[in-house]
Amino acid sequence: MIQVLAFYLFAGLVIASAVMVIMARNPVHSVLWLILSFFNAAGLMVLVGAEFIAMLLVIVYVGAVAVLFLFVVMMLDIDFAAMRAGFIKNFPLGIAVALILLAELFLGLGAYGAGGIELGTPDGTAAERGDVSNIQAIGALLYGRYIVLFEIAGIILLVAMIGAIVLTHREAKPGARGRQDIGKQIRRRPEEATVMKNPEYGKGVEL
Amino acid sequence: MIDFASSFALVMPELLLTAAGLILLLVAAWGGDKLARPVAILAVSALFGAGVMTVPGLHFGVDGADTYAFGTLMKVDSFALFSKALIYLAAIGCLIVAPAFFNSAAAGAERGLRAEYPVLVLFATLGMSIMVSASDFMTLYLGLELNSLAAYVLASILRADQRSAEAGLKYFVLGALASGILLYGMSLLYGFTGGTDFASVRAGLEGELSTGQLFGLIFVMAGLAFKIAAVPFHMWTPDVYEGAPTPVTAFFATAPKVAAVALTARVAFEVFGGQVLAWQQIVMFAALASIVFGALGAIGQENLKRLLAYSSINNIGFILLGLAVASPAGASAMLIYLFIYVAMSLGSFVALLMLRSEDGNLFETFGDIAGLAVTRPAIAWCLLLLMFSLAGIPPLLGFYSKFVVFQATVEAGLVVFAAIAIAASVIGAFYYIKFVKVMFFDEPAGVATGKSGAAHWVLLAITAVIISPLGYLLTPSLTDLADKAARALFMAV
Repeated sequence: MIQVLAFYLFAGLVIASAVMVIMARNPVHSVLWLILSFFNAAGLMVLVGAEFIAMLLVIVYVGAVAVLFLFVVMMLDIDFAAMRAGFIKNFPLGIAVALILLAELFLGLGAYGAGGIELGTPDGTAAERGDVSNIQAIGALLYGRYIVLFEIAGIILLVAMIGAIVLTHREAKPGARGRQDIGKQIRRRPEEATVMKNPEYGKGVEL
Repeated sequence: MIDFASSFALVMPELLLTAAGLILLLVAAWGGDKLARPVAILAVSALFGAGVMTVPGLHFGVDGADTYAFGTLMKVDSFALFSKALIYLAAIGCLIVAPAFFNSAAAGAERGLRAEYPVLVLFATLGMSIMVSASDFMTLYLGLELNSLAAYVLASILRADQRSAEAGLKYFVLGALASGILLYGMSLLYGFTGGTDFASVRAGLEGELSTGQLFGLIFVMAGLAFKIAAVPFHMWTPDVYEGAPTPVTAFFATAPKVAAVALTARVAFEVFGGQVLAWQQIVMFAALASIVFGALGAIGQENLKRLLAYSSINNIGFILLGLAVASPAGASAMLIYLFIYVAMSLGSFVALLMLRSEDGNLFETFGDIAGLAVTRPAIAWCLLLLMFSLAGIPPLLGFYSKFVVFQATVEAGLVVFAAIAIAASVIGAFYYIKFVKVMFFDEPAGVATGKSGAAHWVLLAITAVIISPLGYLLTPSLTDLADKAARALFMAV
């Protein structure tokens, strides 16, 4: 019973917050709704017994990807003063969201303790869990049966990196300000970089 | 357990392309743009080598269980080999014409071939190669994304050119949307059948389709229709083709089209092969709509690249007609059409690339090619051959390609659809002939006087010979290869 309740809560909130991601006018709010939907998706993963993927969702998506989005969004031209103005007005909503998250935490833990939802397979029998842990099972698939897909995914990331560099990197002109020549910096010795001067009282130094 | 030794032997072309891509990337990173030309030459040789590797399998014809690599993730049968060979040839052609374009004034403020360009083309080709040999939805998606990501960057590689940036952005946003639709369809199919490999999805789709399964099928077909730019998912094509640098447009119009069409055919027959009636009407609609809209849309165009974009939509319609017949003869006709289409569109784009002013600027509108028969007779006559062939006028090979498709359609009893397609191709003939009229009967504008390199002439000559009546000498062996490929595709059916 508690699993079903928790499932509908998590699933409903994933959809509701996903709708808010595209409905919110303020891009920062969109990212925050996105984070909320990631959290709830992680809750769903806990319910089906995939703790490892749930943790990945929280650590990688919420911790890294969404925060990166947030940084990018904050680089946009947004009037932050106008955004903060509604703090008192939004306070009850904030408290409500916090309470829901707290309730979810307990529900999720309770549901996890009561045993995961059994996932079905097309022939009607539930998938066998076996006695290997989540991480072991994923690792065996990822680096065994699906190793070639894993490698292709690596090449896709490489192409994304090449693309980002090709489209944004601009060769600085020689002698331009702020151009860093690491070799030159390392070759520099203390005696070239510093000079001892003994200036007369009341006069400046000429270097 | 996976038998890695035999799997690696099957994917040798992909391994070669990956190794070449990685090594050339290092060369490009250390050598910079000075080494762009050697990198391009090496990339062409790698593609050529990969193409040679497909020859034995193509010649003897491979199908059945021996062609699976890495479990059931990839399937390197005759069909995959045929598409791969075509993709490699198209990519070679597009790489050969690239340096002259990027080193001329046509490239705008950022003149000079970037060393990363050949590397990106290699990786895009690798993605296509993976796509056509996919036999699992995960392989399919990864191959598609590898190809698309490289293509987005190629479209906007002229950073200083606004049109190029616009093309890249449009392609990226719409491509991401299409990938999302495709992925959603795949996840529905996975959810309702419990497998990602083509065989088990097919097994899960037996009998009456549930609503969820039908949704999955339609989403997957819609996502693929976007990738091949079939109506009603064609809107991005004219803008992207016009904005992207011309060698990149030539690439988009040839290699990725082959890959996406091959992928669509494989998904249609190997995954949905038990549910032909469910997708046949969708594909038939897309085919006829593409033929009609491609022909009508091209009429008002002044820009030659936009015109060729509509022409490619029109041609995709004929290719899909072969697919919609859902018979081995139809699939074989589709492959023959693909081969001839690649030769025709590569030739047209090479000819466009040769129309340049004295200082190297390219020409793209009808006004510029007026009276070309007087100023550049050789190019004008080659373009005449290409345009008549695209219009499907008899002794040329373009007629043969349309003929085999119509033959398969009529044999399958779909006479009405064949009649509609023939009527629309008459409309299409209008703008192809307008091309010829402007070149041969208008007052010479006399602006396209720039010289082109030998490589362009060789490519143009090869494509012109292929589509000329001499090309009929090729048809027996082409038909043989296409039949073998179609048979491999229908092993599962």
